Amino acid sequence: MRKYDFDVIILGGGPAGLTAGIYLSRARIDTVILNEGTVGGQTVLTHQIENYPGIENINGYQLARTMKNQAIKFGCEVRSNVKVTAVDFQGKIKTVEINNKETYKAKAVIIASGGRSKTLNVPGEDKFKGHGISYCATCDGDFFTGQNIIVVGGGNSALEEAVALTKYAASVTVVHQFDHFQAFPHAVKEAKENPKINFIMESEITEFLGDEKLEAVKIIDKKSGEISEMKIDGVFILIGYIPNTEKFKGIIELNEKEEIIVDEDLRTNIEGVYAAGDSIHKKYRQITTAVADGTVAALNVIEYLNN
Amino acid sequence: MLQTNLTHITSEEQFNEILQNNENVMICCGRMGPMCVPVYEIMEELENEYTHVKFADMEFDIPAAHVIRNLPECRSFTGLPFTVYYKNGKVVKATSSIQTMEQVTTILNEEFGNNE
Repeated sequence: MRKYDFDVIILGGGPAGLTAGIYLSRARIDTVILNEGTVGGQTVLTHQIENYPGIENINGYQLARTMKNQAIKFGCEVRSNVKVTAVDFQGKIKTVEINNKETYKAKAVIIASGGRSKTLNVPGEDKFKGHGISYCATCDGDFFTGQNIIVVGGGNSALEEAVALTKYAASVTVVHQFDHFQAFPHAVKEAKENPKINFIMESEITEFLGDEKLEAVKIIDKKSGEISEMKIDGVFILIGYIPNTEKFKGIIELNEKEEIIVDEDLRTNIEGVYAAGDSIHKKYRQITTAVADGTVAALNVIEYLNN
Repeated sequence: MLQTNLTHITSEEQFNEILQNNENVMICCGRMGPMCVPVYEIMEELENEYTHVKFADMEFDIPAAHVIRNLPECRSFTGLPFTVYYKNGKVVKATSSIQTMEQVTTILNEEFGNNE
């Protein structure tokens, strides 16, 4: 028989949510983590983590798995791959409905819903995912050995991955919507110095074309409005992340970037509802900062419950 | 070996044995990458629910993985993992790259019947 009444519901199982789960469960607070995707969140996107204090080198999956096991060891319940279908944060008891059929109740909620990769949202993108379109250079780079590919984006990830992809591809074309890059100068320099990389600036992909697999893209020049077609074997889309906060719109206060607004104790505008990690308004998004947020939120929730 | 709680297929003999002994089989062939891990986790979650389906994984880079890599159904695939669904030993569906819980359960229900 599944249990649905808890002291705290944590929405999200990335480093922030898992850390909060560890702290709360260790303090004997009855806690459940409801996670829409894979436990670990964006952490599992990282193959090698070398700046997590105390651990010289670990892959993201292992770190997340260890955090999950720690939380479970202290008694935290973890449910992954559920769909949050409704939330009600008004009143003393908060409710979260999942999969349109099961309703969890708790005295407090921590939202740690994280973020996800942005998509271009243009025709053909869904159809050719895994058939020429990829969001992970490290995973799929070797499928494009000797081929011509595009990297979309102008941030650190895009330019670093463009350089990494030159190990496999015959040529890499970076398509970026602005006339300048957001990446750090050293990443821009490295990409510009690579003879296999060329750039199409102030341009955007408007459509993916092909039959069984991706064969070409349509690109619009934003200055002239001219649309051209380019034959291509693969496209890597690396245009950053957006917070997973859609389902909280109109329920809790968000800023213009749809990040959750919190105070220094990570309280949202609703009593008993806290937020932590990549879904909140903040400058730096690192595993260490998410872990710190999870800790702060958990300790403040403990204080809230005690009062 | 993949770090999952699923049955690991490590040889062609084991692969054939699993197909022979199970009517409904889902095999996810990949690495421990960000597009693969979510699919393994979904399979782990569903294993107790879909008791009429055999769930297994296979490392993409081992020699035996040619049984998946070289399938005609995977010819156009350029994204890991390659996930293949078999009924009575025959491929009934194959997907490339990351999938959601909803996408996986839709295929399982359509091809193998739901868990009820």
